[in-house]
Amino acid sequence: MSAITTRLPETSVPWKLPYRGKVGMTCLIFAESAIFTIFVVAYLFYVGKSLSGPTPQEVLETPIFYTICLLSSSVTIHFAGKLLERGRRGAFLLLWLLTITLGALFLYGTGQEWHRLIHEHGLTISTNLFGTTYYSLVGLHASHVTAGLVMLGIVLLFGLAGRVGPEQSSRVEVLSLYWHFVDAVWVVVFTVVYIVGR
Amino acid sequence: MSSDAIAVQTAEATGQPWVQTLHEWVTTVDHKRLGILYILYALVFLVIAGLEAIIIRIQLMRPHNAFVSPQVFNRMFTMHGTTMIFFVVIPVLFGFANYLVPLMIGARDMAFPRLNAFSFWLTALGGFLLYFSFVGGSGLYGAGNAPDVGWWAYAPLTSRAFSPGHSADYWTIALLVSGFGSIGTAINIIATIISMRCPGMTLSRMPLFAWLNLIMAGMVILAISPLTAAQIMLSVDRYLGGHFFDTQAGGSATLWMHFFWIFGHPEVYVLVIPAFAFASEIIPVFSRKPIFGYPVMVGATACIGFLSLSVWAHHMFTIGMNSYANSFFAITTFAVGIPTGIKIFNWLGTMWGGRIQFKTPMLFCIAFLFQFLIAGLTGIMLGTAPFNWQLSGSYFVVAHFHYVIVGGILFALFAAFYYWYPKITGRMFNETLGKLHFWLFLIGFHLTFDLMHIPGVLGMPRRIYTYEPGRGWDTLNFLVSIGAFVQGIATLVFVANLVVSYFKGAKAGNDPWDAWTLEWSVSSPPPVYNFSSIPTVASRRPLWDLKHPEDPDSRYE
Repeated sequence: MSAITTRLPETSVPWKLPYRGKVGMTCLIFAESAIFTIFVVAYLFYVGKSLSGPTPQEVLETPIFYTICLLSSSVTIHFAGKLLERGRRGAFLLLWLLTITLGALFLYGTGQEWHRLIHEHGLTISTNLFGTTYYSLVGLHASHVTAGLVMLGIVLLFGLAGRVGPEQSSRVEVLSLYWHFVDAVWVVVFTVVYIVGR
Repeated sequence: MSSDAIAVQTAEATGQPWVQTLHEWVTTVDHKRLGILYILYALVFLVIAGLEAIIIRIQLMRPHNAFVSPQVFNRMFTMHGTTMIFFVVIPVLFGFANYLVPLMIGARDMAFPRLNAFSFWLTALGGFLLYFSFVGGSGLYGAGNAPDVGWWAYAPLTSRAFSPGHSADYWTIALLVSGFGSIGTAINIIATIISMRCPGMTLSRMPLFAWLNLIMAGMVILAISPLTAAQIMLSVDRYLGGHFFDTQAGGSATLWMHFFWIFGHPEVYVLVIPAFAFASEIIPVFSRKPIFGYPVMVGATACIGFLSLSVWAHHMFTIGMNSYANSFFAITTFAVGIPTGIKIFNWLGTMWGGRIQFKTPMLFCIAFLFQFLIAGLTGIMLGTAPFNWQLSGSYFVVAHFHYVIVGGILFALFAAFYYWYPKITGRMFNETLGKLHFWLFLIGFHLTFDLMHIPGVLGMPRRIYTYEPGRGWDTLNFLVSIGAFVQGIATLVFVANLVVSYFKGAKAGNDPWDAWTLEWSVSSPPPVYNFSSIPTVASRRPLWDLKHPEDPDSRYE
């Protein structure tokens, strides 16, 4: 069917291209970064422009413990990937579970903070500009953490079923790339919301 | 991955029931079929949005016309703009990229075939949602159906107070959903080009088509995402009572303009760079010369992509920015003219001294060159802040951007349709009908859009549904409308040519144009698996090397 006859290739030339999963995830991260950039710009633009209270100074408390949880989950997922590469499945699963726990803890922290803001301070997304921008930005990040946890959970289920081995390590690496991104975004959101924004 | 693609679709028998054929098309993950689906989908919307344009032009044909009500007129220009940008030009360009990129780089499919199908169906859902607003937009408010906020949907038009029904919601959700589809396809195009090239196809040997689509996909990722973010904010405002664009609560309507145009201007280049890609493939083949200045073409395109991210506020000179911002955006806008000029000179350099064959695709490309130049020049005029203050919001602007989109992008698209029609269908189109289409469309285009500049200069504002007689606009508007009808008739000739040639056209063979890129090495239409054995290339023109073993390009690289 195909008329082209394969030309004599320079057989000595090695032909290795980047792994498509990694390229795809990198592109997705760029796209997501652009989305977060717009939300961060909106947040900074509206700092101090609310016409009514409550203000960030009055109600926000810095979530140091939960931030440490999320950031350390980046470390655990990194080593989990390394262990999988070496074929140590049990240790991989253990660290993977730890990563999920840390991520879930962070999400619990966000939920608790929202609960406090809504019930103690009456701050909702429609209260003022601070509420609108705060819940949108933090909520956008939290939704990414949730999506990440779902994907991590799927890998965990496959792992428990004994289906995740070293041959999947490049795919697992793509997922951990996403998780690192989610953590890095939190550093930005944390800086913007809890340091600059106050 | 490629092996199961073969297994899935070898069952393509001729006598199977139509339900099975339909099922195959709906569930396909083949890049060629998805490409065709994208293109057909865009053609359907082209006809719909074209009809909306005709309605607009009938209404404006003479002063005090009452063909449609002011409300319907607003819906028509909103739907015309939104449809043409998001559901005609983007899908048709993605369709060509989908179909051609894997073939040109010697791959058997895109990097993520299922993501590809998912992205297409998201885009399809977006278009459906936008048009469902005609039925569902009124809601319980009886507030009128389709969106009427303009394609840029400036705040506060989109707030609950001014768009009480669901029409603005349909607009938002449609763009959000199709935006996710666009991002998915862009990721796919980049991953395909980076990771799926055949042996020997280094980046510097890729066809310019692949290079330019790579840059286009990168821009989609950086430009559509801000729109997605802005649509999320708008949804928060409309559904959850947020205040992002609510000036009464301290929000800013200007912020929406910034966010929209941070998307909106790069979007123009997202649309025009694939048009450059078509011209860069077609002009060399019909000039019988390799492209002039290949590395410069790549560099200039990357430069356009980069610059276009910093020009958005030239759409906003009239909102009253400070003089530094005005100067910055005027200068960056002028700067885009430099790489664009380089590209035009390179195409001319390709044609210079060539043995030019004036076939239909080449005719459209030549018209594209001249018209795009004029469109660029009026763009420079509008990029001059003081001049812009005078003409912003007038028909001069409408004439300018239609010159870009119709005179530039659409002409290049028609060229692409004629050039790759034999490859996609296996049949030659009718050359006489093709030339008739070209001349009719050319006359109609210039009648409409050359003349449209003049009422703009004379002070006719955009978006008005009618006007007073005796302002010197009457005859011009009449002629502009006549031109629109001529273009409509020319488009019918085009569609008729596509349909008739599909059944009656002569067999095309593998390589009817004596071209040089890999897609012409396989049968027409290509087999499902594209290449029975993955080719190896040694130069930018692998088929030239194959046809001229005594003097291959690879000797000079």
